[in-house]
Amino acid sequence: MRIAAIAHFLRRFLLGWLLAMPLLSAPAPAAGIDPALLAPLAGDDTDAKLRAIAALGLLPDPGGAAVLQALGNDQLYATADGRVLIGDGARATDPATGAAVDLPADAGAIGINNRLRRAIEAALAGLRLYSADARERLAAARRLQQAGDPARLPMLEKALAAEKHDEVRAALEIAVANLELKSADPAVRRHAVELLGRTGNPAFRPTLAAIARQSDGPQAEPDAAVREAATHALRQIDRHLATIAWAGNLFYGISLGSVLLLAALGLAITFGLMGVINMAHGELLMIGAYVTYVAQALFRAWLPGWMDWYVLAALPLAFIVTALVGMALERTVIRWLYGRPLETLLATWGISLMLMQGVRTLFGAQNVEVGNPGWMSGGITVLDGLVLTYNRLAIIGFALFVVFLVWALLNHTRLGLFVRAITQNRRMADCVGVPTGRVDMLAFGLGSGIAGLAGVALSQLGNVGPDLGRAYIVDSFMVVVLGGVGQLAGTVIAALGLGGVNKFLEPYAGAVMAKITILALIVLFVQKRPQGLFAPRGRSVE
Amino acid sequence: MKRRLALKQLTAVSLLAMSGWMPQVHAAADTIKVGILHSLSGTMAISETSLKDVALMAIEEINANGGVLGKKLEPVVVDPASNWPLFAEKSRQLLSQDKVAVVFGCWTSVSRKSVLPVFKELNGLLFYPVQYEGEELEKNVFYTGAAPNQQAIPAVEYLMSEDGGGAKRFVLLGTDYVYPRTTNKILRAFLHAKGVKDSDIDEVYTPFGHSDYQTIVANIKKFATGGKTAVVSTINGDSNVPFYKELGNAGLKATDVPVVAFSVGEEELRGVDTKPLVGHLAAWNYFESIKNPVNQDFIKKWKAYAQAKNLPNAGTVVTNDPMEATYIGIHMWKQAVEQAKSTDVDKVIASMGGQKFDAPDGYTIEMDKTNHHLHKPVYIGEIRADGQFNVVWKSKGPIRAQPWSPYIAGNESKQGL
Repeated sequence: MRIAAIAHFLRRFLLGWLLAMPLLSAPAPAAGIDPALLAPLAGDDTDAKLRAIAALGLLPDPGGAAVLQALGNDQLYATADGRVLIGDGARATDPATGAAVDLPADAGAIGINNRLRRAIEAALAGLRLYSADARERLAAARRLQQAGDPARLPMLEKALAAEKHDEVRAALEIAVANLELKSADPAVRRHAVELLGRTGNPAFRPTLAAIARQSDGPQAEPDAAVREAATHALRQIDRHLATIAWAGNLFYGISLGSVLLLAALGLAITFGLMGVINMAHGELLMIGAYVTYVAQALFRAWLPGWMDWYVLAALPLAFIVTALVGMALERTVIRWLYGRPLETLLATWGISLMLMQGVRTLFGAQNVEVGNPGWMSGGITVLDGLVLTYNRLAIIGFALFVVFLVWALLNHTRLGLFVRAITQNRRMADCVGVPTGRVDMLAFGLGSGIAGLAGVALSQLGNVGPDLGRAYIVDSFMVVVLGGVGQLAGTVIAALGLGGVNKFLEPYAGAVMAKITILALIVLFVQKRPQGLFAPRGRSVE
Repeated sequence: MKRRLALKQLTAVSLLAMSGWMPQVHAAADTIKVGILHSLSGTMAISETSLKDVALMAIEEINANGGVLGKKLEPVVVDPASNWPLFAEKSRQLLSQDKVAVVFGCWTSVSRKSVLPVFKELNGLLFYPVQYEGEELEKNVFYTGAAPNQQAIPAVEYLMSEDGGGAKRFVLLGTDYVYPRTTNKILRAFLHAKGVKDSDIDEVYTPFGHSDYQTIVANIKKFATGGKTAVVSTINGDSNVPFYKELGNAGLKATDVPVVAFSVGEEELRGVDTKPLVGHLAAWNYFESIKNPVNQDFIKKWKAYAQAKNLPNAGTVVTNDPMEATYIGIHMWKQAVEQAKSTDVDKVIASMGGQKFDAPDGYTIEMDKTNHHLHKPVYIGEIRADGQFNVVWKSKGPIRAQPWSPYIAGNESKQGL
């Protein structure tokens, strides 16, 4: 008995090892695949191709996996005389003989479509069930949950019997259950339905809905208990879906809110604290985004190995560049216009046009490409179905960091003290020796620099072009006015509130109507409460 | 006194200059002026800039071969800046001030609709190179892009076929203006005819330049739980970049929910990391990846032109369908002018019907004798990891355009001009 168990273990180990090898080090030289199996791949008949892919997936020979992998990666070539080769640059491997040859010039890559791609993924997943790596087995089991091919049932059951890892076992059980829905035994079917319902996975909803529906067709479920179980399972899935939708809206709202917050924070300082209606604020965001583009280009040229970290390098750069631009603006134009809001508005509007045209002349009118670094691409799945994308998560974190930075600067530094003093009473501050001119310049530079930081974040979400600022200027003013001029906390609450309301409205009203509704709500709100959510109290308020 | 006289003279001169009476405007009488009306800035610049460049390339090519009727072509390029009323203003300027013989331009249907009255009033000639929603047939316009039956309908048929994934539910996602709205109206009628119920169709619109696609992508995912789903995207302009970024990041793969786009080609994908998008589809009448000698020649010419003119990112330029349509349009106009022996708009219109041209799409395509549209082949391609398309379906040959869709009631009577 013991020897048999060891032999079984060894067999499984060896098989797994053999199958896993080409996956770990593809393309490995493979030997001995029946050319009759490969020939349909070069043909035009999709059904024959599908049969060939399924057959290759069941081959014990690791060469089958190598062929499938190459086909999925557009690396499988067909020659004019009907041979099929695995290509790798100018070299190629003939899977039928395992011999390495030169890739003939007349060989064309075999194109695949989504239907074949699905079949390849399923076939490869079947092979990967025996991988030595538990994560790979888990991914394969998850993939097979979606494949409804009853021919796989024996294979899955065998894998399940041999599996020791709990998570993989659970995934395999679901995959088996999905296939057992077609079992002849009502008890097995019912158990499968219950299991699928417990997963809460919306992918099974169509199948379960078909079972729950009482109709007499070829798909009809004869057993009432199974139908009832399916109805119950559907309810479970729907509950789960509702939770996901709610959590999703919350996340999207916070994410949109953090973008608004970043865009508006700089303005909260220049407009909120200093009272400058800065229409060029959007263009400062744009300059920040363009600095990111330049940083990316510099990294690409000089430090290609560090490409993933160019965004971090762009942050201080963007802050310094936009702060300098802002201070230059303040010194040359804005300081002559303090206390004259209309002139400030017109002058800064003109400056914004000049900045846009300047960028157009330097970089061209077209959008420039700013890529996400690797660690900001993709997302993490939570609650079995809600994907939180890394770039949005990073921006939420970054927004919190910038808010903390601004708060600390305003409340715990001498500059912050002066800025607050000037906000409350400019003349008095001047009298007691605050260098108002210099503080104005620094504060404006700070606001502009924060806009630059926001520009770096925005470049990771949307398009970077000369018009980038236009899209955010209205939203930024909206946030600052709604939050209450001169209040950092107000800006934070208003940004998150606007983001949240927008995202909870959007699923019902659509993107266009949600935006209109928000604007209408703000008009009403400002009518009732012109001072915003948080009004500064004290004698300084006129 | 002297000062007043000087002022008067100055005013007279500037008035003359403004009304186009300055002598140098007419100095070059041995050229034919050709207007190019594409947005070089704003949300549509991502798509339209390359059309301006390919038009200039075609003009240069024609001039190098001796011009038209023995005269050189002189391009007049204007930038309507993705601003629809500005399109009308600029086209009026081209027609009445620059006196161009023909205009190549517009991308969005809203821009075409806004220049139409000007072209009708001044009897101008417009070549419109982009696929559009149909429901229009104007004497002054030649449509070298696809009508719905040459793009949208075959694409949806493909999605419903077994190879396309056998979709049962459809999300019609578009930018909020006339082209997506009309196309989706036609598609909805078509889907009804195929037995798809209203509950299985979800129509979603976003404003121009929209950049937050989180909710929409999440809703597509949710909608897909009701059955095999496909997305038909008529998103236009640079919104496509955030949409595809969100799609990739959210892990919505083409093998689960395929997205077929009508306004996304090789050019739009240049700004996107295409690896997560492999397998998503586009329907066009031309792809750069189509293999035939005419196309190879076209691509070679375009790459050489981009290098020679030092266009932005000249090393990675690509060709796409509207560029091909622009190229065909200019050459067909040249042939028609030579046949009519005049650049007179009415004479050129009369000789356009039946013009043939060896196009890069692999066929000798023909301008229809009556309906101002080209007979075009249809290709459906899947996005590859390198940003090119892998053709997975093509029509048997060129298809005649039906600008008035048979799926919209009341169109039976509106077939001719």
